Amino acid sequence: MKRPRWIPEGTDQETPNVARVYDCYLGGSHNFAADREMARKAVELWPELPKIMRANRGFLRRAVQYLAERGFTRFLDIGSGIPTFGAVHEVARRIQPDARVVYVDIDPVAVAHSRLILEGDERAAVIEADMREPRALLADPAVADLLAAGEPVAVLLVAVLHFVRDEEDPVGIVRVLRDAMPPGSALVLSHASFEGRPDQAGPHQDLYARTPTPLTMRSREDVVRLFDGFELIEPGVVYLPEWRPERPESVGPHPERMTGLAGVGRLS
Amino acid sequence: MSAAPTAGHAAAQAGFEEAWARLLREGHGAAVHPGTLGRVVSRTIELLGRARDAEPFDPAPAEQAGALLVEAHFTDAAVLARAVELLLGHPAGEHAPKVAGAFASGWTVALRDRTLREQEAIRLAADLARKGAEKALYASEARFRAVFESAAIGIGIGDVNGNILAVNRALQEMFGARPQDMRDLRVPELVHPEDTPGVWEAYDDLVNGRREHFQFDKPYYRRAGGVIWTHLTVSLIRDEEGVPRYQVAMLEDITDRHRLQERLRFQATHDPLTGLPNRAEFFERLERIFDSPEPGARFGLCSVDLDGFKAINDSLGHETGDQLLAAVAERLASTVAPLGHLVARLGGDEFVVLLESCLGHQESVAVAKTVLDALSQPFLIGDQKLAVRASVGVLERPVAATTPGAAMRAADLTLYRAKKEGRGRWTLFDPKRNAVAVSRYAMSVRMPMALDRGEFFIDYQPLCSLRDGSLAAVEALVRWRHPELGVLGPDEFVATAEETGLIIPLGRWVLEQACDQAARWARRFGPGTPKMNVNLAVRQARNAALVSDVDRVLRGTGLDPSGLQLEITESAVLGPRDHALQAMHALVDMGVSLTVDDFGTGWSNLAYLRDLPVSGLKIAGSFISDVHDRPSPHDGGDGELLGWRIVSGLVSLAHTLGLTVTAEGVETAADAERLRAMGCDWAQGWYYGRPTRPEEITRRIAEGLGDPRVRRA
Ligand SMILES: C[S@@+](CC[C@H](N)C(=O)[O-])C[C@H]1O[C@@H](n2cnc3c(N)ncnc32)[C@H](O)[C@@H]1O
Repeated sequence: MKRPRWIPEGTDQETPNVARVYDCYLGGSHNFAADREMARKAVELWPELPKIMRANRGFLRRAVQYLAERGFTRFLDIGSGIPTFGAVHEVARRIQPDARVVYVDIDPVAVAHSRLILEGDERAAVIEADMREPRALLADPAVADLLAAGEPVAVLLVAVLHFVRDEEDPVGIVRVLRDAMPPGSALVLSHASFEGRPDQAGPHQDLYARTPTPLTMRSREDVVRLFDGFELIEPGVVYLPEWRPERPESVGPHPERMTGLAGVGRLS
Repeated sequence: MSAAPTAGHAAAQAGFEEAWARLLREGHGAAVHPGTLGRVVSRTIELLGRARDAEPFDPAPAEQAGALLVEAHFTDAAVLARAVELLLGHPAGEHAPKVAGAFASGWTVALRDRTLREQEAIRLAADLARKGAEKALYASEARFRAVFESAAIGIGIGDVNGNILAVNRALQEMFGARPQDMRDLRVPELVHPEDTPGVWEAYDDLVNGRREHFQFDKPYYRRAGGVIWTHLTVSLIRDEEGVPRYQVAMLEDITDRHRLQERLRFQATHDPLTGLPNRAEFFERLERIFDSPEPGARFGLCSVDLDGFKAINDSLGHETGDQLLAAVAERLASTVAPLGHLVARLGGDEFVVLLESCLGHQESVAVAKTVLDALSQPFLIGDQKLAVRASVGVLERPVAATTPGAAMRAADLTLYRAKKEGRGRWTLFDPKRNAVAVSRYAMSVRMPMALDRGEFFIDYQPLCSLRDGSLAAVEALVRWRHPELGVLGPDEFVATAEETGLIIPLGRWVLEQACDQAARWARRFGPGTPKMNVNLAVRQARNAALVSDVDRVLRGTGLDPSGLQLEITESAVLGPRDHALQAMHALVDMGVSLTVDDFGTGWSNLAYLRDLPVSGLKIAGSFISDVHDRPSPHDGGDGELLGWRIVSGLVSLAHTLGLTVTAEGVETAADAERLRAMGCDWAQGWYYGRPTRPEEITRRIAEGLGDPRVRRA
C-alpha cells in the first residue's frame, strides 16, 4: 500500500530532486543546495556528466527539429523537467510557429516552474502526472485534447524511462502510450545505458539509489525493445551524439562515452 | 585608433576568431543549433572587435559580449577562463587586458542576474507547488472530515495508549454522549460484562502492533443509560517507520438485530412454560464444561423429579399441572440460581441443576437439600394447596472422569435409586452401582458364561422363630462374583436376568443348589433342619416348566417337598384365572409351601391372598425401618406408635388368614421384642444374622440352641 504523501515530493528542498539536479548539470541555477551537492558528487565521480546531459539535450533538440520539419505540430513531452534552455515549444515553433506542446512531469516544482514560464501561452499546457500510470496520464484533458484530433503526435520520453524500474514495466507503459497515439505519430526516446561506460554505471546508479528516484540503466537490446510497434528512423538506436548530427565533427571521437542511447520511431 | 589592418594583424584576428568559435561550440556541444551558435559567435566577435578598436577605450561592447554569452547559456566558469585567456592573448590589442576585464565583468554581472532570476523562479515554483499541494491536502482533508462527520457509521480515532482523540457525530449519538464526555474516556474503560471473550486480547495485540485489525460484536454502556450493541471494526494506523500510532474504530449499531437474535436465541434455549433454560441449552452448557477443563475441575448435577406429579396431572388436570410446574420452576430458580447454578427443565416434571464448578460432593448435596427444602412448602395453585415432594439424584465428579452423556445417565440412575429408596429424598451417586447399571448390557451378555464358569454362588440368611429364637428357615440369596465389579447382590442383576430371560436357567440353578444343600442338612440334622426358602422370580412363576422343574429337582436332590418354601411376589400372580395360579396349586399339592415376599410394597389386593394357596407372608423390611422415622400429625409426633399399629394390623390379618408371618429388616432387640409381643412368628434381619456362607449355617444348626441371642421359653 502506498503511504499518503504528507509532504509532496519535490517541494522538500532538503532532498535532491532529479529535475533540479539535471538543471545543475546543464549549468542552470534552478536548484537548491542539496541538488548542487548531489550534482557535484556525481560529477566528481564522472566528470563527463555535464557533457552527456548536453548531448542528451542536443538529441532532444535535433529530434524535435527533425519532426517539426516533417510537419509535426503536436508534441507531448513526458518527463519534461525544468527546461533551462531549448524547451520543446521554442525549438518546434522556430519551424512550426503554431506548434502545440503539452508538458508532463511528476515533479510539482518542475510543473510549477514550467507554468510560470508558459503563463498565457494558449498552445502550451503543463500537467502533473505519473507516467507509471499511463492511462491516467492519457485521460488528462490536456493530453486527451492533444491526441483527439487524430493528427500525428510526437511523444517524447527523453531521459525519463530510466527512472522507471523493471518491475514497473517500462515496456508496458510505452505500449499503452503507443496504443493511444494516432497513426503517423512518433516516439522520441533517450535512455541512460551502461553500454558505453560499464565502469561508471554502478557507482552512478548507487548515487541515485539514495534519492527518491533510483536510476535503472539498460542495454541497447532493452532500449530497442521499447520501440516495439514503431518503425525506427535512421540511424536507429545509437549513442546520443550519433543521432543525425548537423555537423559530423560534433559527434566527436568517442560517442560511446556519451552513454545515453537515443532513437526516434514512427507509427505507420 | 582605426589603423588599416595589416596582413599579420588579419592573420592573428582570423586565428582568434577560429579559437573563439571552437571554444563556444565545444562549450555547448550540440545542445544549441549550429545556426544559433554561429550567430552568437559572430556577434560576440564583432562586439569584442569594437571594444578592442575603440579610442578611447569603451568597456561597453566587451561587457555586452560577456552578457550575450550568459544569455546564450554559457554559464560554465571554465568557458569564462578560456575566453579571458584568448582575449588576453590577442596579438593586436594594447587594450587586451581591459577588453578581457570588461568581458569578464559583463559575463559575471549577467550571470549573477541570471542566477538570481533563476533562483527566484525556482523558489517561487517550489512555493507554488507546496501551496498547491497543501491546498490539495486541505481539500482532501476537508473531504475526509465531511465523510467522517456525516458518516452514518460511528467512527472514533484514538492513540495507542487508549486516549480517544476524535469521534464523529454518529458515534456520539450512539453513545448518547457529548464530545467532551467522549474525550474524557479511555478505550479500556469501555468494557462491558457481556464482551465476547478475546475482544480485549485482540485490542491489546492491535495497539501493540501485533495485529492490524479485528472485528467483534460488542456492547457498550450508553451514557444516558442502557446498552448499545455494535459491530465493531478496529484498525491500526502506523507511521512511515511502521510504528503503531493510531487506532480507528468503526461501529455499526446492531442493537435491534442483536435484540431479535437474543429473543430468538432465548426462545430456542428456553422452555416456554417455565422460562427456564431447556434441554438443548442445558446440554450445551454441560458440554461446555468438558470443552477445555482446568486440571482437577469438578462439576455437579442434581437430577430432580417430582414425586407423584402424574397423579396430580391426572386428577387435577393439565392446566393445574402446568401451573404447578411453573411454580416449582420459579422456586427452584429463586433459590438455586442465586447460588450461581443453572436450573433447567428437561421436560415433563424433570428438572436439573448444573453446578458448572464444584468443590466437592458436599456442595452438590447442599444444593440437593436446598431443592428439597424449597419444595417442602405447599404450593398455592388457584385456591388449592398442593404439596409436592421431589427426589433428587446427586452426581459430583471430576470433569476428567466422565463424559456429558455418561454423567447424565449416571444422574438419572441415581435419581431412579432415590425414587426407589423412598421418595422425597436425595441420593448420592454411587460409582459401583452405576457401573453395574451401566454395564447391564455387558452383564446380560456375560451372564450365561458366568453360570458355566461358576461365578454365581449362594449365601443363606437365617429366619428365626420369634418365640424361641430357633433357626426356623434360611433364605437362599444368589450372588455373582463379577470379575470386574466384585460381588453383586440379586437386586443388582436379577432385573437384568429377568429382562433377558436368563432368570429361568439361573433360577433353576439356584433351586438345584439350595435344594441340594437343604437335602444334605436334612440328612445330617434330621427333623431339626431349617426349611429352605427360595425366591421365585415373576418370569419363573409364569414359566410352564416350573412345576416339572421343581419336581425333578426335589427328586434329584432327595429333598422332602415340605422342606422347601418358595417365595413369590404379589405381582407374580395376577388373578384367579391366571395360568400361574394353577402352577402354584400344583406345587402346593406336591407338598411345597408358598410364601408372599415383600408384602405391602406392591399392589396389595388382600382378596387374592385368600385365593392363593400360600401359607405365609413376609412383611417388607421398609415397614419395620419406617416405623422409626414416620412423622404423624395425629399422634403428637409419636408416629412410631402408628407404625407399629400398622405392622400389628398386618400380623393379625395374616393370622386371620392362617398364615405364618415373617418380619423382614429386624435390626434391634427392641424391635424383635415388640414383634414377638404382637405375635409375629418369624423374623429376619441383621439382628438375626446377615446372609452368610453355608458352612456358617451348618455351624449354627449344629450349635442348635447354642446361639446366645436365642431366648429360651
Ligand atoms: C533527467 S530529466 C529529463 C528532462 C527532459 N526530458 C530532458 O531530457 O532534458 C527527468 C524528468 O523526468 C521526471 N520524471 C521522473 N519520473 C517520472 C514519472 N514517473 N512520470 C513523469 N515524470 C517523471 C523528473 O521529474 C524529471 O523532471
